[in-house]
Amino acid sequence: METGGAAATETRPRRARRRKPLMRRKMQRRVLPWLVIVLLFVLWELVVGAFAIEQFVLPAPSAIFASGWQWRGPILDNSWQTFMTTAVGFAIAVVFGLLSGVAIGSSTLVYDGFYPALIGFNTIPKVAVIPILVIWFGVGTVPAIITAFLLSFFPILVNVATGIATVEPELRDVLRALGASRWQVIQKVGLPRAMPYFFASLKVAITVAFVGSIVAETVASNKGIGNLMLVASSRFEVPLAFAGLLVTSVMGIGMYLVAELVERRMTGWATRGTDTAVGFPG
Amino acid sequence: MKFVDLERVSLRYGEDEDGTLALEGTTLGVQSGEFVAVVGPSGCGKSTLMKVVTGLWPPTAGTVVVSGQEVSGPLSIVGMAFQNPTLLPWRTTLANVMLPLEIVEPHCRNLRRERARYEAKARDLLALVGLKGFEDHYPWQLSGGMQQRASLCRALIHDPSLLMLDEPFAALDMFTREELWLAMQDLWLARHPTVILVTHDLREAVFLADRVLVMSARPGRIIAERTVQLARPRTLDMTYQPTSVALVHDLRERISVARAQA
Repeated sequence: METGGAAATETRPRRARRRKPLMRRKMQRRVLPWLVIVLLFVLWELVVGAFAIEQFVLPAPSAIFASGWQWRGPILDNSWQTFMTTAVGFAIAVVFGLLSGVAIGSSTLVYDGFYPALIGFNTIPKVAVIPILVIWFGVGTVPAIITAFLLSFFPILVNVATGIATVEPELRDVLRALGASRWQVIQKVGLPRAMPYFFASLKVAITVAFVGSIVAETVASNKGIGNLMLVASSRFEVPLAFAGLLVTSVMGIGMYLVAELVERRMTGWATRGTDTAVGFPG
Repeated sequence: MKFVDLERVSLRYGEDEDGTLALEGTTLGVQSGEFVAVVGPSGCGKSTLMKVVTGLWPPTAGTVVVSGQEVSGPLSIVGMAFQNPTLLPWRTTLANVMLPLEIVEPHCRNLRRERARYEAKARDLLALVGLKGFEDHYPWQLSGGMQQRASLCRALIHDPSLLMLDEPFAALDMFTREELWLAMQDLWLARHPTVILVTHDLREAVFLADRVLVMSARPGRIIAERTVQLARPRTLDMTYQPTSVALVHDLRERISVARAQA
């Protein structure tokens, strides 16, 4: 430990010298993605202008933004609708995914019984289910919520189950040798251990939930951003359809970032990176 | 009185006759407060022996009696430590050490009310193994040796009357290992639990144990027994005394014979 302290003081001046380029690299990492996006749009604009591409084939970004601004009211309304269906479907998936993941991960009996059926269920293309949902619930919000749920449920379940099922046997023995019950082993070790898997799955789940609700809106709804794009393209308002597309990607990125932020907040111990290594004891 | 008493215990993994026979007719007794080391060739069923004694695996034949009662399920009076420290990465060192208190009666009932007292106890224990100042560090911020010290503290925090150690120092370098032998001796002298230590390091066995048992190759049986006459507290130098060296040599011989028979 003493030698560790000496080494730390020794490296400190070197670290200070290295700090400036490090800051610059951090800035680069923050700015570069935006630069790439802007460049892509500029390139797009130039290509459309240079080859005189018709607007109903590929509208220029300027036209897309203009159309998006013109229709901002309906776009916002429909985005909100899509966001709500996604959020509700996702929330239900989180609850059911967690519960069934715990059940499947902690009991081989439940695992053996239910897993094959769940895999079979998951291989069904969810788009094919939407017409059936429409028969049951009618056109509108409910099929979209259910589609979002169906798509995002499975990744959560699989990840939670994996996290709980892969608890180290020694760790289980330590607890069982203390007289811990099954539930205590799950509570003290299984669940915390499954959390990194769980939060990682949320990133996947929120994205597919979003895809699910948009697909359902496109097929069977009169509301939502998916429906807006469908209506726009049927009226040959191609710039508006593209504007809708842009909004969906922004929303998708936003949801993904929120999921990632939550993940990093909750399970920092599992993704300890170079940043935390600075706090290493001397 | 024997605290741990195994009477002709056999254990076969798997249900039919083809299953691996890990233990066969193992008889062994450990006195209360005694430190016993079990050595043997690799794969001889040492770890299986640990599982049988702690009740994690029921024996196929024979009886296991611990503290006057026949073992039929996991015992709650046992502390365990393994080659792998198995600390929970999401808990600080202190919280890791206090984990058994959340499970074992009567501590888990008292923990909420007397948290400060239990915490002080855990801190004292950590200080005893030289981890003072590291209570709030996470396992990944500790070196391998420090993690193993914390793991030993976790095994001892609930004052178990039986401590089972399954090669706890095997993954450490020589110097760290010797340091931990001393820490282990201090812990044992301070609390005098009954200890069964499984190891393949003969010097370790001679340094720590009152008695060393040699197991045969699979299926495991106790084939030899040696008492270590060194006075306590022992020093590392003592392991280089002629009597200790002769004992290590003798144990080595026994194990070679056991391996040859396999």
